[in-house]
Amino acid sequence: MTAAVQPALQAEQIKVQFGGLIAVNGVDFTVPKGGVVSLIGPNGAGKTTFFNALTGLYKLAAGRVVLSGRDITGLPPHKVADLGMARTFQNIRLFGLMTAEENVKVAMHSHLKSGIFGTVLRTPRQRREERAAHDTALELLDFVGIGKTAGEYARNLSYGDQRRLEVARALALRPKVLLLDEPTAGMNPRESAQFTEFVHRVRSEKDLSILLIEHDMSVVMRVSEHITVLDRGQKIAEGTPEDIRTNDRVIEAYLGSAAKEGGA
Amino acid sequence: MSVMPQKPRKGFSLPHSARWPVGFLIAALALFALYYFVYYGPVDPDFKAWVQRWLSIASMNESLVWVMCALGLNVVVGYAGLLDLGFVAFWAIGGYTVGWFMSAFFQQWNVHVLGTGPETARGLHFNFWFVLILAGLICAAFGVLIGAPTLRLRSDYLALVTLGFGEIIPQIFYNGDDLWGFNLTNGTKGILPADPVPAVAFDKEGVGFRDLGVFDHLSKYVIFVVFVAVIVFVSLRLREGRLGRAWLAIREDELAASAMGVPLMRTKLSAYGIGAVAGGIGGAAFAILINGVLPDRFNFSISIILLAMVVLGGMGNVWGVIIGALLISWVNSTGLPQAGNAINETFDTNINFPSWSFLIFGATLVLMMLFRREGILPEARTRLVLREPGRTEAEALGADLEAPAPELDALPEIEVAGDSTNEGKRS
Repeated sequence: MTAAVQPALQAEQIKVQFGGLIAVNGVDFTVPKGGVVSLIGPNGAGKTTFFNALTGLYKLAAGRVVLSGRDITGLPPHKVADLGMARTFQNIRLFGLMTAEENVKVAMHSHLKSGIFGTVLRTPRQRREERAAHDTALELLDFVGIGKTAGEYARNLSYGDQRRLEVARALALRPKVLLLDEPTAGMNPRESAQFTEFVHRVRSEKDLSILLIEHDMSVVMRVSEHITVLDRGQKIAEGTPEDIRTNDRVIEAYLGSAAKEGGA
Repeated sequence: MSVMPQKPRKGFSLPHSARWPVGFLIAALALFALYYFVYYGPVDPDFKAWVQRWLSIASMNESLVWVMCALGLNVVVGYAGLLDLGFVAFWAIGGYTVGWFMSAFFQQWNVHVLGTGPETARGLHFNFWFVLILAGLICAAFGVLIGAPTLRLRSDYLALVTLGFGEIIPQIFYNGDDLWGFNLTNGTKGILPADPVPAVAFDKEGVGFRDLGVFDHLSKYVIFVVFVAVIVFVSLRLREGRLGRAWLAIREDELAASAMGVPLMRTKLSAYGIGAVAGGIGGAAFAILINGVLPDRFNFSISIILLAMVVLGGMGNVWGVIIGALLISWVNSTGLPQAGNAINETFDTNINFPSWSFLIFGATLVLMMLFRREGILPEARTRLVLREPGRTEAEALGADLEAPAPELDALPEIEVAGDSTNEGKRS
């Protein structure tokens, strides 16, 4: 990465506090433009909290979030989404009683223009817009490989398809940065392997940067160009997959916590 | 609307989505024909008496007012999923708008704008059609005003605060005859009479344009049906568009909706405002029906009955809400007293059936919740959720849907006794 290229996402000294508990403390973090970056760490390390802080769901106690050169610190979630940060959720949060297509269209809310009167009168502009939204939604569903499910209610989709639908929905925001929170949870090894290709395809075809939280190390090592390790709210390591694999502190954090759990 | 029986039709068949609207129009026209016939046609007096007893046009008009308000509440509760226990406030505000702008009540002013009051009378005399729009706007403004501080709250808390506003606003009308020396609402006496409505009238001589009197029920029926049709049309159109999707998304998952770029406050406020407009139109309609406005009509039970109409009819489905509203208001105004009279006459008893209305109402609610939670005519999607257990419900029953696939367990590298985290071993 050359110094002239602006990072897609830059987080500086992020601190999140719940009462007396400091969940994330002074974490610096950068997602280069077009990069695939992973955030890993043992359970309770503050990864999802960090995600929620980036997307505006949690208020920051300190720190700054910059999205493509624009300071988005403290903006409400819908503004953050509108400015180009889309996410999926660890435990899938689809709109269960809406069809797959409608789910995707909801995420286009901020791109669509028609207001109350345009919708009621069904002006030519509104109709054109709805048609375009319909086409885009189907395209995105096809892109993630569930084009056939467009008319089905999200809650009736299979687990894997629900995960795909979440990605399609996030892509409908036309994001600059896509945040994936444990995208391979519940997938079998073969699906996880396919997922790696999928991430790279999304990155290159949709021209965006990807930040993911992941537990499956084989996926993390294959998919990411850069890895950041969190433990107890602190950043303990950062580097290429090769660096992380051999990093003593990382091994200690993982094995230490694993040993503790094993002993308990 | 898959509840419609799928009859094979010969020749031409209606598109699926047009069946209910066409059915609504046919029913409205049939009722119009019935009433026109009963009023002006050569008709058997017994039949006339029967119609007036069981389906009087006055109570039908009142039912239509209920329908308008229930449809407004449906936007808030059914579409956006915001529980509102104070909807009566908008009914009252709509009614008082007619009282203020179409009567001789404000003696200190003298403004006539295409009004229908006597020209020499003092007071504000605006044309009804203008006042109708005004009622909608004032209610929308109040909807936003009430909504702005309260919509930050979630479900139960929101319901409690709306309940509070639903109590406050009628109380202001009730006690508003001396607000720091200003008589705003005329207190318990209400504001009577309201000016007549200039509209198309249907009578013996045929159709003509004139000012409607108190007893021009048939013409008011036509006006009210048009109001209902407009509200239904707007509801359906909005539901299919960008805003309707955003409402649904908020109803389904507020947090996910906001993360997908839906501005929560603005979207909720628009549901509140649009629902309030329908409530205001209903209130204005009620005021021209009873020719004025009285504060004792606006109590808490109205809000509850409106909510019951929406829930029993089928939340989110305008046709279900219409059926629910017609049914409940008919039972309250006509069905119960008349059936009670019939029973008393037949068995020579002396039971005051109307006083049992809440008992019957409550029992019906309980039975509906037990056997048909989704309402009489629910939205297709709501029926889905209430008929089958969803992922989370299944999980609540003990199913472990997040369990890894069996082939994962078979992988030798993960089979480490006492280790619950896979990552540790792999890295």
